[in-house]
Amino acid sequence: MKKYLTRMGDGSRVEMTKEELLRDFELGSKDAAGRGKIPELTSEDYDKLLEIFTSPFRIVAVEPGNEIVMTDDAGQMRLNTDQMNSGISIMIDPTVSNMVHERCFCCDTVTLGHVDYSFKPIKPIVSTYQVMYETMSQNLIAPVFFGAMPNLGTYYYPDGPCGNPSDLFQAGKLDEARKAQEDAMEFAIKDGTFIAEKLDEIGCDGFNLDTVGAAGDADVLASLRTVEYIKKNTKLSVEVGMAGEFILGMHGGLEYKGTRLAGLYPHQQVKLFEEAGCDIFGPVVNTNSGKSMPWNIARAVTFIKACSEAANIPIHPNVGMGVGGVPVCEVPPIDCVTRASKAIAEIAKADGL
Amino acid sequence: MPIAHVMASGMGGIRTAGDLVARMQMKGMRLKEAKKYVAERLKIDPIDLANEEVMREIREDLDIGIITGVPGCAKGMDAKVRIANLLEIEINCVEKMKTKTGLM
Repeated sequence: MKKYLTRMGDGSRVEMTKEELLRDFELGSKDAAGRGKIPELTSEDYDKLLEIFTSPFRIVAVEPGNEIVMTDDAGQMRLNTDQMNSGISIMIDPTVSNMVHERCFCCDTVTLGHVDYSFKPIKPIVSTYQVMYETMSQNLIAPVFFGAMPNLGTYYYPDGPCGNPSDLFQAGKLDEARKAQEDAMEFAIKDGTFIAEKLDEIGCDGFNLDTVGAAGDADVLASLRTVEYIKKNTKLSVEVGMAGEFILGMHGGLEYKGTRLAGLYPHQQVKLFEEAGCDIFGPVVNTNSGKSMPWNIARAVTFIKACSEAANIPIHPNVGMGVGGVPVCEVPPIDCVTRASKAIAEIAKADGL
Repeated sequence: MPIAHVMASGMGGIRTAGDLVARMQMKGMRLKEAKKYVAERLKIDPIDLANEEVMREIREDLDIGIITGVPGCAKGMDAKVRIANLLEIEINCVEKMKTKTGLM
């Protein structure tokens, strides 16, 4: 029986028959449907996935006319930082790095970001990024985002002024742990809105709030309130990229306009960010390294298709290392990346990546 | 990895009309609507927005920035001023430049 070369979620090679591929598509889709309470993929979707996975070619691509828009989070750091940001350590100036992204890599948009990427360390040195952005803006044609993440973790002891929720939870101090998160949220909003105002002063195109929800539901609420402020008080476009597929209930009791945040999946998250005024939403679906890529991509497509159908704004799913149907490995294999890219563009109907 | 995505499913940035469609998405327009809007402004079929052969000539004719280094063609801010006029949108850095230079 003919076998097709594919991979596991950790990137290792496996061979699967057509029947095995179809079985894993269905199991992956059912897993997403069950968790998100969303529809499974249709038989037409499975046929399209089968076509993608049985292609004998190493690289697959969308059909002409089905191209989508690219935004990103790491930005110029992809070239001039180390492994921490998947950087390749070519120590060039950030403006030159983004000119390379625009003219060599043909990115539709580019991003400037601080190497730590968190709101807190950016705030005291934002003027450095303002002048960097101004230089970039004079030289680039493509839209330039500024990227940063709320990262509530930076506000917790020993790095910040708030109590550490993990320690407090372990000590059984539940109310104190929740209060620490609420306090950190206020600090993050203050820092995020300060940065946004500074970006607005220099005519920045947009603010990309990335890795939203990394510290749980308080991190998400901080982002929603920051987005609201930015849209009411600046001319910045706002993109939000999530950290994980569902919102972790680290606090558990936080709500946005009557909706409890903990446990929300992408198709529910996008509605809240739309309400806050967000222009582009980036859902995340995590990769399971112990399952096959057919399972993972079908699962990612199921979640993202539901999100796309629910959305009124463009959605740009995160399709990087360990998310969006890309294996959990430092150098993601190109056969998996292009298969995830095509499936999410053509089956899930994403507006971009 | 971003290059893999650009090649597999990306619009092509300033090689084509990727930056223009991105600018409309940044105003909350979904893909189909953004492509239609830009295609109408360029007077082309949406399928040609990512067609290098068509877009290279259009970008030079409209002087909205091209990927190759050609003396005299609009670059950087110059190209963005022309893009703002073409798409009939406000581009924040263009508005800032107008204020700083006394053009507005």
